[in-house]
Amino acid sequence: MAANAESPRFAVGERVRVRRADPPGHVRTPWYCRGHVGTIERLCGAFANPEELAYNRPGLPAQPLYRVRFRSAELWPDYRGGAGDVVEIEILQHWLEKA
Amino acid sequence: MRRHHDMGGLPAARCERDEHDYELWEKRVDALMMLLSARDRDLLRVDELRRNIEDLGAKAYDAMGYYERWMHAITQTLIQRGVLTIDEIGRKLAEIEGQDDGGKR
Repeated sequence: MAANAESPRFAVGERVRVRRADPPGHVRTPWYCRGHVGTIERLCGAFANPEELAYNRPGLPAQPLYRVRFRSAELWPDYRGGAGDVVEIEILQHWLEKA
Repeated sequence: MRRHHDMGGLPAARCERDEHDYELWEKRVDALMMLLSARDRDLLRVDELRRNIEDLGAKAYDAMGYYERWMHAITQTLIQRGVLTIDEIGRKLAEIEGQDDGGKR
Protein backbone atom coordinates (compact mmCIF):
# COMPACT_ATOMS: atom_id res chain seq x y z
CA MET A 1 0.00 0.00 0.00
CA ALA A 2 1.42 3.40 -0.97
CA ALA A 3 2.50 5.72 1.85
CA ASN A 4 -0.07 8.36 0.91
CA ALA A 5 -3.10 6.10 0.81
CA GLU A 6 -6.39 5.79 2.68
CA SER A 7 -6.56 2.74 4.96
CA PRO A 8 -8.81 -0.07 3.75
CA ARG A 9 -12.16 0.01 5.60
CA PHE A 10 -13.69 -3.21 4.28
CA ALA A 11 -12.73 -6.86 4.78
CA VAL A 12 -13.05 -9.77 2.35
CA GLY A 13 -16.54 -11.24 2.60
CA GLU A 14 -18.11 -8.03 3.91
CA ARG A 15 -21.36 -6.82 2.30
CA VAL A 16 -21.19 -3.35 0.79
CA ARG A 17 -23.55 -1.06 -1.06
CA VAL A 18 -22.36 1.08 -3.97
CA ARG A 19 -23.26 4.71 -3.36
CA ARG A 20 -25.86 6.25 -5.62
CA ALA A 21 -24.33 9.40 -7.05
CA ASP A 22 -24.00 11.05 -10.44
CA PRO A 23 -20.94 13.31 -10.29
CA PRO A 24 -19.64 14.98 -13.46
CA GLY A 25 -16.36 14.12 -15.15
CA HIS A 26 -14.62 10.77 -15.45
CA VAL A 27 -16.19 8.26 -13.05
CA ARG A 28 -15.17 4.62 -13.16
CA THR A 29 -18.02 3.16 -11.08
CA PRO A 30 -20.39 1.74 -13.69
CA TRP A 31 -23.86 3.26 -13.57
CA TYR A 32 -25.61 -0.11 -13.56
CA CYS A 33 -24.12 -1.19 -10.21
CA ARG A 34 -24.80 2.03 -8.28
CA GLY A 35 -27.19 1.50 -5.38
CA HIS A 36 -26.68 -2.28 -5.45
CA VAL A 37 -25.31 -4.60 -2.75
CA GLY A 38 -22.36 -6.92 -3.30
CA THR A 39 -19.62 -8.71 -1.36
CA ILE A 40 -15.94 -7.78 -1.11
CA GLU A 41 -14.06 -10.47 -3.05
CA ARG A 42 -10.55 -9.04 -2.61
CA LEU A 43 -8.53 -5.90 -2.03
CA CYS A 44 -6.62 -5.06 -5.24
CA GLY A 45 -4.30 -2.37 -3.84
CA ALA A 46 -4.52 1.42 -3.65
CA PHE A 47 -4.55 3.77 -6.63
CA ALA A 48 -4.55 7.52 -7.21
CA ASN A 49 -8.17 8.57 -7.72
CA PRO A 50 -8.84 8.60 -11.49
CA GLU A 51 -11.69 11.09 -11.00
CA GLU A 52 -9.05 13.64 -9.96
CA LEU A 53 -6.35 12.43 -12.39
CA ALA A 54 -8.88 13.15 -15.15
CA TYR A 55 -8.44 16.87 -14.34
CA ASN A 56 -4.65 16.59 -14.06
CA ARG A 57 -4.74 16.71 -10.26
CA PRO A 58 -2.74 14.32 -8.02
CA GLY A 59 -5.70 12.18 -6.85
CA LEU A 60 -4.07 11.60 -3.45
CA PRO A 61 -4.44 10.08 -0.97
CA ALA A 62 -4.68 6.91 -3.06
CA GLN A 63 -7.95 5.03 -2.68
CA PRO A 64 -8.15 1.32 -1.87
CA LEU A 65 -9.62 -0.57 -4.82
CA TYR A 66 -11.78 -3.64 -4.20
CA ARG A 67 -13.12 -6.34 -6.44
CA VAL A 68 -16.80 -6.55 -5.51
CA ARG A 69 -18.94 -9.56 -6.42
CA PHE A 70 -22.61 -9.04 -7.29
CA ARG A 71 -25.23 -11.66 -8.01
CA SER A 72 -26.36 -11.08 -11.60
CA ALA A 73 -29.99 -11.17 -10.42
CA GLU A 74 -29.17 -8.33 -7.99
CA LEU A 75 -28.06 -6.11 -10.88
CA TRP A 76 -30.76 -7.21 -13.34
CA PRO A 77 -34.01 -8.28 -11.62
CA ASP A 78 -35.20 -9.95 -14.86
CA TYR A 79 -31.94 -11.92 -15.28
CA ARG A 80 -32.68 -15.41 -16.65
CA GLY A 81 -29.19 -16.99 -16.58
CA GLY A 82 -27.92 -19.39 -13.93
CA ALA A 83 -28.90 -18.72 -10.32
CA GLY A 84 -25.22 -18.80 -9.30
CA ASP A 85 -24.07 -16.29 -11.94
CA VAL A 86 -22.11 -13.33 -10.63
CA VAL A 87 -20.45 -10.18 -11.95
CA GLU A 88 -17.24 -8.84 -10.41
CA ILE A 89 -16.51 -5.12 -10.67
CA GLU A 90 -13.48 -3.20 -9.38
CA ILE A 91 -14.67 -0.26 -7.30
CA LEU A 92 -12.78 2.42 -5.35
CA GLN A 93 -13.41 2.63 -1.60
CA HIS A 94 -15.04 6.08 -1.63
CA TRP A 95 -17.91 4.62 -3.67
CA LEU A 96 -18.69 1.93 -1.07
CA GLU A 97 -20.57 1.91 2.25
CA LYS A 98 -21.50 -0.86 4.70
CA ALA A 99 -24.64 -2.70 3.59
CA MET B 1 -28.94 10.13 -14.59
CA ARG B 2 -26.86 7.74 -16.67
CA ARG B 3 -24.32 9.48 -18.87
CA HIS B 4 -24.35 8.47 -22.52
CA HIS B 5 -20.99 6.66 -22.65
CA ASP B 6 -21.77 4.64 -19.50
CA MET B 7 -23.67 1.95 -21.41
CA GLY B 8 -22.29 -1.15 -19.68
CA GLY B 9 -25.00 -3.52 -18.45
CA LEU B 10 -27.56 -2.35 -21.01
CA PRO B 11 -29.09 -4.65 -23.63
CA ALA B 12 -26.97 -4.60 -26.79
CA ALA B 13 -26.63 -6.09 -30.25
CA ARG B 14 -24.47 -9.13 -30.94
CA CYS B 15 -20.75 -8.62 -30.26
CA GLU B 16 -18.52 -8.53 -33.38
CA ARG B 17 -15.44 -10.57 -32.52
CA ASP B 18 -13.56 -10.21 -35.82
CA GLU B 19 -10.26 -8.37 -35.87
CA HIS B 20 -9.88 -5.66 -38.50
CA ASP B 21 -7.00 -3.72 -40.00
CA TYR B 22 -6.34 -0.23 -38.78
CA GLU B 23 -5.93 2.76 -41.08
CA LEU B 24 -2.55 4.51 -41.05
CA TRP B 25 -4.08 7.61 -39.41
CA GLU B 26 -5.54 5.43 -36.65
CA LYS B 27 -2.12 3.96 -35.93
CA ARG B 28 -0.71 7.50 -35.83
CA VAL B 29 -3.32 8.56 -33.30
CA ASP B 30 -2.39 5.57 -31.17
CA ALA B 31 1.32 6.45 -31.43
CA LEU B 32 0.58 10.10 -30.56
CA MET B 33 -1.26 9.00 -27.44
CA MET B 34 1.64 6.73 -26.37
CA LEU B 35 4.21 9.49 -26.91
CA LEU B 36 2.20 12.18 -25.09
CA SER B 37 1.43 9.94 -22.11
CA ALA B 38 4.97 8.59 -21.68
CA ARG B 39 6.03 9.10 -18.08
CA ASP B 40 8.99 11.36 -18.93
CA ARG B 41 6.73 13.74 -20.90
CA ASP B 42 3.47 13.45 -18.94
CA LEU B 43 1.59 15.75 -21.33
CA LEU B 44 -1.58 13.69 -21.17
CA ARG B 45 -3.03 11.10 -18.79
CA VAL B 46 -5.33 8.35 -19.94
CA ASP B 47 -7.88 9.57 -17.39
CA GLU B 48 -7.90 13.00 -19.09
CA LEU B 49 -8.35 11.33 -22.45
CA ARG B 50 -11.33 9.40 -21.10
CA ARG B 51 -12.90 12.46 -19.48
CA ASN B 52 -12.72 14.37 -22.75
CA ILE B 53 -14.24 11.42 -24.64
CA GLU B 54 -17.00 10.98 -22.07
CA ASP B 55 -17.84 14.69 -22.19
CA LEU B 56 -18.73 14.42 -25.89
CA GLY B 57 -22.43 14.94 -26.54
CA ALA B 58 -24.43 11.77 -27.24
CA LYS B 59 -24.78 12.51 -30.96
CA ALA B 60 -21.08 13.23 -31.43
CA TYR B 61 -20.14 10.19 -29.34
CA ASP B 62 -22.18 7.89 -31.58
CA ALA B 63 -21.18 9.56 -34.86
CA MET B 64 -17.41 9.43 -34.22
CA GLY B 65 -15.31 6.31 -34.62
CA TYR B 66 -13.09 5.00 -31.83
CA TYR B 67 -9.94 6.85 -32.95
CA GLU B 68 -11.88 9.96 -33.93
CA ARG B 69 -12.93 10.19 -30.28
CA TRP B 70 -9.27 9.77 -29.26
CA MET B 71 -8.22 12.52 -31.67
CA HIS B 72 -10.86 14.85 -30.27
CA ALA B 73 -9.78 14.07 -26.70
CA ILE B 74 -6.05 14.48 -27.42
CA THR B 75 -6.76 17.89 -28.97
CA GLN B 76 -8.89 18.98 -26.00
CA THR B 77 -6.29 17.81 -23.46
CA LEU B 78 -3.46 19.65 -25.21
CA ILE B 79 -5.57 22.83 -25.18
CA GLN B 80 -6.48 22.35 -21.49
CA ARG B 81 -2.82 21.70 -20.58
CA GLY B 82 -1.65 24.79 -22.44
CA VAL B 83 0.55 22.75 -24.80
CA LEU B 84 -1.17 24.10 -27.93
CA THR B 85 -3.08 27.31 -28.46
CA ILE B 86 -6.42 27.49 -30.28
CA ASP B 87 -4.79 29.71 -32.91
CA GLU B 88 -1.96 27.21 -33.57
CA ILE B 89 -4.48 24.42 -34.12
CA GLY B 90 -6.67 26.62 -36.35
CA ARG B 91 -3.74 27.66 -38.54
CA LYS B 92 -2.37 24.13 -38.85
CA LEU B 93 -5.79 22.74 -39.78
CA ALA B 94 -6.20 25.44 -42.45
CA GLU B 95 -2.72 24.63 -43.80
CA ILE B 96 -3.50 20.90 -44.05
CA GLU B 97 -6.93 21.47 -45.60
CA GLY B 98 -5.21 23.73 -48.12
CA GLN B 99 -2.83 20.91 -49.11
CA ASP B 100 -5.65 18.52 -49.98
CA ASP B 101 -6.80 20.54 -52.99
CA GLY B 102 -3.40 21.92 -53.89
CA GLY B 103 -4.04 25.12 -51.97
CA LYS B 104 -6.86 26.24 -54.29
CA ARG B 105 -9.67 26.78 -51.83
